[in-house]
Amino acid sequence: MIKLLIEGVSRTFAGVRGGEPVKALMPVDLTVAANDFITILGPSGCGKSTLLRIVAGLEAPSEGRVLLDGKAVTRPGPDRGMVFQSYTLFPWLTVAENIAFGLRERGMAEKERDGIVASYVDLVGLKGFENHWPKQLSGGMQQRTAIARALANDPEILLLDEPFGALDNQTRGLMQELLLGIWERRKKTVLFVTHDIEEAIFMASRVIVMTARPGRIKSDVAIDLPHPRHYTLKTSPEFSTLKAQLTEDIRVEAMRTAQV
Amino acid sequence: MRPLHPVSPGLRTVLGISFFLLFVAFWAWITLGGHVNRIFLADPLSMLRDGWRLLVEDRFWLDILITIWRVFGGFVLASVVAVPLGIAMGAWKPVEAFLEPFVSFARYLPASAFIPLLILWAGIGELEKLLVIFVGSVFQIILIIAVKVGSTRRDLVEAAYTLGSTNNGIVRRVIMPANAPEIAETLRLVLGWAWTYVIVAELIGSSSGIGYMIINSQSRLATGQIIFGIIVIGLIGLLSDFAFKAFNRWLFPWSLA
Repeated sequence: MIKLLIEGVSRTFAGVRGGEPVKALMPVDLTVAANDFITILGPSGCGKSTLLRIVAGLEAPSEGRVLLDGKAVTRPGPDRGMVFQSYTLFPWLTVAENIAFGLRERGMAEKERDGIVASYVDLVGLKGFENHWPKQLSGGMQQRTAIARALANDPEILLLDEPFGALDNQTRGLMQELLLGIWERRKKTVLFVTHDIEEAIFMASRVIVMTARPGRIKSDVAIDLPHPRHYTLKTSPEFSTLKAQLTEDIRVEAMRTAQV
Repeated sequence: MRPLHPVSPGLRTVLGISFFLLFVAFWAWITLGGHVNRIFLADPLSMLRDGWRLLVEDRFWLDILITIWRVFGGFVLASVVAVPLGIAMGAWKPVEAFLEPFVSFARYLPASAFIPLLILWAGIGELEKLLVIFVGSVFQIILIIAVKVGSTRRDLVEAAYTLGSTNNGIVRRVIMPANAPEIAETLRLVLGWAWTYVIVAELIGSSSGIGYMIINSQSRLATGQIIFGIIVIGLIGLLSDFAFKAFNRWLFPWSLA
């Protein structure tokens, strides 16, 4: 079943002070099946975040269109939950209130909200921190809350824009396992943008590799590693083979970026 | 001394108090030592004596209360008008384009120069005093708040949109709470300025208040009273500032945690 359809989506930014317009994204076609976990891997500046923001409805494509469940995306909405790289918890709300934000915007009664919030607090392992302010949390805990906040809305698709990019390596590994564990249990369509090859393989059922700017899809690699995945998978021979292949792919692009 | 090196809290207090002492000592030395004419500058002791007499015999505390009421009355009036306007200007760019040029211009109109006009319009009663403070504060508050609101973190707004917020929800449940502490800080700052406007308002066409007492004392060369009045204003300003700060801290615990 097709969940998300990206048809010829491209993005061109107007030139600065009458300069040449900048092509950030060449026309991209992508079909995402329901409950698929897709990672979009590319060198920095390749337009992968732009593509994700277009799916979220935060930016409009210059050409092409995005269909979610057959309906065209024109603006942001609660059916496409998003987790950003920067910490975007509302600092004036507690952890529980942050997770409840989308439900409250929908007009759900407080009693009903409380039950849902409690289950997502549990899911991301933040029991006991419900009444903390975001400032009192570590980066990893903030991103866990952000994931819970996006999931509490029960979106059709979860969009993640390098959500663990600002975390240290150890926390990053734990967060990958946590998110993958949630996906394995709850099944959700996920679009996950990253520049980390290991992360891209470990999380995904499909890795989309993008070229250097202007970005387009370079390769589409199915990851048939079995679930549930354990962190030790990262040292297995199958994983290494995939990593070697994708490293080669992305290296060429990274070199092109560096030479510009 | 090492540049930018922090000073210990104890030493900080001692240093801070010692300048006050030094200042008063210098004042006492030039006045009590006879280095300046007593007519032009009272010494600290007679200042305190004059102040005590003012409070006990001349019911100066009534003037203090009236001045406080004027400051807060004018300030509240200005806030009630300026805060919603500032938020509207910051949030909706057409509103900003419409009002910003005029408000920027009006900000430079000196409140004190309006006093003769305001007396013509509103007489020399309380309304005129409130209006002086209002004119002096309202444009400042509008502009500062509009700038703060205009620089609301865009990623928070985007996050709210992806969680299903409507345009209205963004203003009421993201832009307003996100800027509330900054707005409160702005009001605290402007309240300090309101203290200077009220005295100017009371210097002209007034029959009560701290400023009236000061101008009245001038004609009688009672410099001790004048200095006492000035110190009272400073102390009340300092106290209200502390109270405001504490109130903000209590209101917005999340911004400090």
